[in-house]
Amino acid sequence: MKRFDVIVIGGGHAGTEAAHAAARMGAQVALVTLSTRDLGVMSCNPAMGGLGKGHIIREIDALDGVMGRVSDRAGIQFRLLNRRKGPAVQGPRAQIDRALYRAEMQAEMTGMANLRVIEAEVTDLRVDTGRVTGVVLADGTTLEAGAVILTAGTFLRGTLHIGDRQLRGGRMGDASADRLGDRLRDLGLGVGRLKTGTPPRLDGRSIDWAILDRQEGDAEPVMFSFLNRAPFVRQIACGITHTNARTHEIIRENLSRSALYGGYISSTGPRYCPSVEDKVVRFADKDSHQIFLEPEGLEDHTVYPNGISTSLPEDVQDAYVRSIRGLESVRILQPGYAIEYDYFDPRGLKGSLELTALPGLFLAGQINGTTGYEEAGGQGLVAGVNAVRLVRGEDPWLPSRRDSYIGVMIDDLRANGATEPYRMFTSRAEYRLSLRADNADQRLTETGISLGLVSETRKAAFGAKMAALSAARDQLSARIVTRAEAEDWGLPYAASGERRSLMDYLSIVPDTAAALLAQGGVMEGLDPETLTQLSRDATYEKYAHRQDAAVEMLRRDEDMRIPDDFDYAAISGLSGELGAKLAYVRPQNLAEAGRIEGMTPAALTLILARLRRLARDRGAA
Amino acid sequence: MDTIFALASARGKAGVSVLRISGAGAWDAVSALCGGRLPEPRRAALRRLIWQGDILDDALVIVFAEGASFTGEPSAELQVHGSIAVVDAVMRALGQMPGLRLAEPGEFTRRALENGRLDLEQVEGLADLIEAETEAQRRQAQRSLSGALGRLAESWRRDLVQAAALIEATIDFADEDVPVDVTPEVTALLARVQADLSAQIAGFGAAERIREGFEVAIIGRPNVGKSTLLNALAGRDAAITSDIAGTTRDVIEVRMDLAGLAVTFLDTAGLREATDAVEAIGIARAQERARDADLRVFLIAPGEDPTELAQVQPGDLVRIAKSDTPAAGGVSGKTGAGVPELLSEIGEILSQRASGAGLAVRLRQRQGIAAAADALDRARAALDPGGAASEIVAEELRSAARALEILIGKIGVEDLLDTIFSSFCIGK
Ligand SMILES: Cc1cc2nc3c(=O)[nH]c(=O)nc-3n(C[C@H](O)[C@H](O)[C@H](O)COP(=O)(O)OP(=O)(O)OC[C@H]3O[C@@H](n4cnc5c(N)ncnc54)[C@H](O)[C@@H]3O)c2cc1C
Repeated sequence: MKRFDVIVIGGGHAGTEAAHAAARMGAQVALVTLSTRDLGVMSCNPAMGGLGKGHIIREIDALDGVMGRVSDRAGIQFRLLNRRKGPAVQGPRAQIDRALYRAEMQAEMTGMANLRVIEAEVTDLRVDTGRVTGVVLADGTTLEAGAVILTAGTFLRGTLHIGDRQLRGGRMGDASADRLGDRLRDLGLGVGRLKTGTPPRLDGRSIDWAILDRQEGDAEPVMFSFLNRAPFVRQIACGITHTNARTHEIIRENLSRSALYGGYISSTGPRYCPSVEDKVVRFADKDSHQIFLEPEGLEDHTVYPNGISTSLPEDVQDAYVRSIRGLESVRILQPGYAIEYDYFDPRGLKGSLELTALPGLFLAGQINGTTGYEEAGGQGLVAGVNAVRLVRGEDPWLPSRRDSYIGVMIDDLRANGATEPYRMFTSRAEYRLSLRADNADQRLTETGISLGLVSETRKAAFGAKMAALSAARDQLSARIVTRAEAEDWGLPYAASGERRSLMDYLSIVPDTAAALLAQGGVMEGLDPETLTQLSRDATYEKYAHRQDAAVEMLRRDEDMRIPDDFDYAAISGLSGELGAKLAYVRPQNLAEAGRIEGMTPAALTLILARLRRLARDRGAA
Repeated sequence: MDTIFALASARGKAGVSVLRISGAGAWDAVSALCGGRLPEPRRAALRRLIWQGDILDDALVIVFAEGASFTGEPSAELQVHGSIAVVDAVMRALGQMPGLRLAEPGEFTRRALENGRLDLEQVEGLADLIEAETEAQRRQAQRSLSGALGRLAESWRRDLVQAAALIEATIDFADEDVPVDVTPEVTALLARVQADLSAQIAGFGAAERIREGFEVAIIGRPNVGKSTLLNALAGRDAAITSDIAGTTRDVIEVRMDLAGLAVTFLDTAGLREATDAVEAIGIARAQERARDADLRVFLIAPGEDPTELAQVQPGDLVRIAKSDTPAAGGVSGKTGAGVPELLSEIGEILSQRASGAGLAVRLRQRQGIAAAADALDRARAALDPGGAASEIVAEELRSAARALEILIGKIGVEDLLDTIFSSFCIGK
């Protein structure tokens, strides 16, 4: 029997990130996946990042994860979304060459000495006295591990729907993992069904590009990774077209043949990824919807029509697609479809992503009710780190709402579960102005270093950047602006006569001051990139200050850890109902306890008192 | 950490109200009220409290040093004359000082606990008090929203959700089919809320009369003697100010003046079995009303076990009807036995517990409205057609919504997403 520290099931976006993180920390890791070709496969759209999602990739990168680096190497069109809005809501996004992404991901994974990729189907978990201790493969082999991370994506009891036709599968062309799915249901975990969908893939050679509008990438592309400065491969443009009245008519006439509207699917899909059927029905007054035609790669003729995912039968897909301008004689290479799959109620997870009910088993990615590569990757990283920490007997690492989108996501999932596939939006983060894509490294790399996740190369680059920032800040703070200079430079002078430094001006009038400094002549030797970063920080300084008190309170409450075996029944004065709820949810700290519905200040006081008593007793023992 | 203050309601001796202040800014706050004449720590001293030129009261002032107070932080106690007007004026003054805010229920206890200043065995008793305080404030907040203010608050909520959803749509769905410039619509929505808030703020002036309204529900089975008791209560030390039938035939209201407080007694049909659907609705409504009252008096028949009454909550009063022995918890509307005792107990509870809650809720509402008005001004200033500062606008709208939470309820991201997804066709 083979033994590893950590076994990861599934080589999707959660699985690769989990395995790589665990391996970076020095653990012996096995990544078991149905096919080695799975590594880096993008099931749906050939794009990475966006608003909220791009933020997550930056956070993964700040912790030296793979998604950002690989995306940069495979990116064929980069756009920074919201370029004209403030830095807090700018999100990097890129079109990705699928084949390159897979190749680069495979290179990353095989480049790790202590990471073994095993091609096999996991059919069962090995459970010893209530703890997961390994996995069983289809051929009967057992692999042992200190911790197991399950990242099976849409594969658990996956069903594909094309019109009234159903196929078993984890995605088109791949078998589903039904045996493991059935086993997990037997274990009595809270299982639900969710659905998502994907559009037909088109043959780019049959598209009339000449008559279509085009969308180019940014003239100055912004990369995902803090370590990269420019794209690696040739850049391309996307096409733009629209549905029209005829398209909508065809869809409306055939609604009853759609899996969604014909009653074949009952589970919930994401509201922000509606099928074209949904769009036509729910927004009946709109006579046109935009479609982006995204090439799937430099050497690939396949085109992904973003905006028309569907579960209509193939002949209807053919008809409606051909009603669209520029697609009149298009060939469909693979039909669109909807997929239903099992997911686990994320309220059963600890903040570490370990299952409360089944110690030793961590869950990450789509099976936790999320959707999207980035959301999966972020969870994979957290699970990877915590699996290693569990094996080593260390306390879990719990990212917080204060420090990252990853923290926001895990907290949201655990608090609210998933009523529809969960996707990140920047509006989910109450500390959005502090959780920016541009400062993900300033927020997280230090943590990454202490977790043992960060390579020497990045450590050095990060150290240099932080030193430059702090030197420039000192330099600007020391430079006091006289009244005459202020007038000369068009900076507001304080009526009180208060002395202001250039650094002060950077936060009072960030744009004016940054422009002034960039133009030179005021202070020499400032590195433009350092200056830009300082002014981004300064832009939000006063808002960050306003939130300081709230952040501080949250931090204190988070520091008040509640042990896993905390006995709520032993607190007299706590209502039975609330006690039962707490015992089920098992908040990990006082902040989480406070967010539980029905929680009262009195109950929190009682919990706090008991925590203090436990601490006192422990101190005395 | 913020400096917090609150009316220490349960401790007040008759005629005296105690305000507590705790945190780094406590001494400065007291000093500002006493014209800089801060007494020696732990020495009670008489001081005239003055704020912005107005004399608030002559109060007994005690300050405690860090490590030598109930919370372990620098703290102060102001013993002021017990009138609601005085307490309200001092609380408003404190609320205007930077860095000071009204304490949440339980916050003093929490700080004391964290600083190891509390015997852990005491906590349970304090938890009951905190529970009662939270409940009292919840009821006050609930009731204050039942009238015109509630209708206003509802429209504020609608407008703020709509405005924030529009802004968030331009941020999170920038590459989707959403309008690029939402400024005109957002401006109109915010202007409407701003006008309402300004009108409210204008009404906060010194002219506002402090006159708390309290509700006391009398609950019991039919024929247990509620009406007789109500008549007796009204006929004795209290003067009936009006006697009107309630909006439903299931609630009778009697308003009177009790120990300087405006009190409405409710005779509810709470414990009756409904015989038809219409009556059931009336009874449900009456029960709700009774549950939200500041105080409930349960009237039971001799021999009836009060613990069987499911609705009895901690802090409620229970009396045995038609009994002439007040010492044993009896009261008789007919003979009048026990009625004075009951009235004085009700008066005491209301002026202590409920008035604190009422003042806290009102102060919080007022401060919330003022803070929201400021945040909306800043939001308007940051609005521009290009949306260059839309994340700042969004941030200010969040602040406004948070400030108004006590009036409009929590606005969560799901409320915004619901609005966005139902207004725009999102999804590439
Ligand atoms: C049809 C479709 C449409 C989608 N549409 C969108 C969209 O519009 N927008 C969006 O953001 N996201 C979309 N997604 C979701 C996106 O693909 C996922 O969120 C993301 O890939 C999830 O990553 P993951 O690592 O959790 O799982 P996956 O990427 O699905 O990876 C799971 C891996 O686990 C392996 N595996 C499963 N079971 C076993 C087993 N028993 N033994 C060994 N290996 C196993 C599989 O081989 C696979 O490699 C869609 C997915 C599908 C299938």
